[in-house]
Amino acid sequence: MDLGNQARIKELVDTYGKDLVVILGGAGAEASGIAAETVSNGDPALAGPLAGVQLGLKAYHIVEPEIRAEIDPDVYDEQVGMMEMVLDVDEIIKEVSSIRSQITDPDSVICR
Amino acid sequence: MLSGKKVVVLGDRDGVPGPAIEECMRSAGADVVFSTTECFV
Repeated sequence: MDLGNQARIKELVDTYGKDLVVILGGAGAEASGIAAETVSNGDPALAGPLAGVQLGLKAYHIVEPEIRAEIDPDVYDEQVGMMEMVLDVDEIIKEVSSIRSQITDPDSVICR
Repeated sequence: MLSGKKVVVLGDRDGVPGPAIEECMRSAGADVVFSTTECFV
């Protein structure tokens, strides 16, 4: 993910807290997964401001059913419909949802 | 899930761009606090 955007997201978490939702529009599953991982577990490339920073934000791709269900169908068709036909939707959903399932809430970790 | 939520939009020039996602988020009642369109190439 763009280093400037990583810095901006870090600032937004400082301002609004971790109750932010990230919506992705990535063309591929791999790039979408990396973006989702960056805002949850930190920059996997260890290059940007989010390297080693576990924000724990949940990221969804715009084509995921739980997101799509909340969008006006006419708006969705107009804005996303065409792209959805060329995206590998199943692979994107699999990748991004698997990153979400790996997120651990630091507040819920019990040290023994 | 999205209604009233603060949302960060990371669009993709070769996928779904930021402004398109913003329109969708507005229709869902979300509050877009940051939107960008990246180029992942």
